[in-house]
Amino acid sequence: MNYAPTSAQQGPDNPTSASELLADSQFLQELRRQMVKFARLQLQDDDQAEDVVQEALAGAMKNVGSFARKSALKTWVFSILKYKIVDALRYRQRIIVTSELADDEQREQQFMDSLFKSNGHWHSAERPSSWNGPQGGVQSEHFWRVFDACLNGLPEKQARVFMMREFVELESEEICEQLALTTSNLHVILYRARMRLRECLENNWFDVPREGP
Amino acid sequence: MNCKQATRLLSERQERTLSRKEQMALKIHIMVCRGCRNFGDQMTALRSFSKSYSKARASTDHNAGDKNEP
Repeated sequence: MNYAPTSAQQGPDNPTSASELLADSQFLQELRRQMVKFARLQLQDDDQAEDVVQEALAGAMKNVGSFARKSALKTWVFSILKYKIVDALRYRQRIIVTSELADDEQREQQFMDSLFKSNGHWHSAERPSSWNGPQGGVQSEHFWRVFDACLNGLPEKQARVFMMREFVELESEEICEQLALTTSNLHVILYRARMRLRECLENNWFDVPREGP
Repeated sequence: MNCKQATRLLSERQERTLSRKEQMALKIHIMVCRGCRNFGDQMTALRSFSKSYSKARASTDHNAGDKNEP
């Protein structure tokens, strides 16, 4: 939890611990596994995910001396990974083919019709509920599994744009530039992605009655 | 303003500042529509989940990993 890498409050602790960690094969394997998973989600391509993780780890090995704490090391390795992923995505922008667009539109129209009546108001069964109930603040391991599944369920383009915006935390302009999208394209894609994600989380997590506290 | 338009603005305000007119119309809609009010809160929640995603993933996976293999 207390991962914030503020060097001010840490002081110069043992400078070898991070490199020891990267030499620890069990730690390294586990870290690698988490990274591959993260990269796969965003790239939707196993080989490319392995590649970016390899590059990110190689980069980390080179500069490991400057990291003392395990949590700081992890945060840092993941931030390198994010940049590698963005690089990989940049080469892929041409993959968004226009021939898919007609199908996409029809699918989105159907999805919206399932949520909203023709007057643009919620169907009563689809009206968003409050997420402040007992399932609220619980970001347990189980919650993240559901979150993963919901992310995986997004159409590829939506998942990619959503992750660039919310995970990699790129500004709108950068995403538009990298994927050759107009600002209004971007807004629509993010809207659709969020719409699906919230729907999925609500149905599979927040509105699911559970026993116990 | 209907719910479809309101939700669109509730998403979009995370990328751009809404105009005064949009803000006003949205505010009025939200006052009377609980569904859209919840939707607005959920947009904020989605952002914060995303922010904690890789950190949470890393720590829960790591703890889980400790239990695997001696």
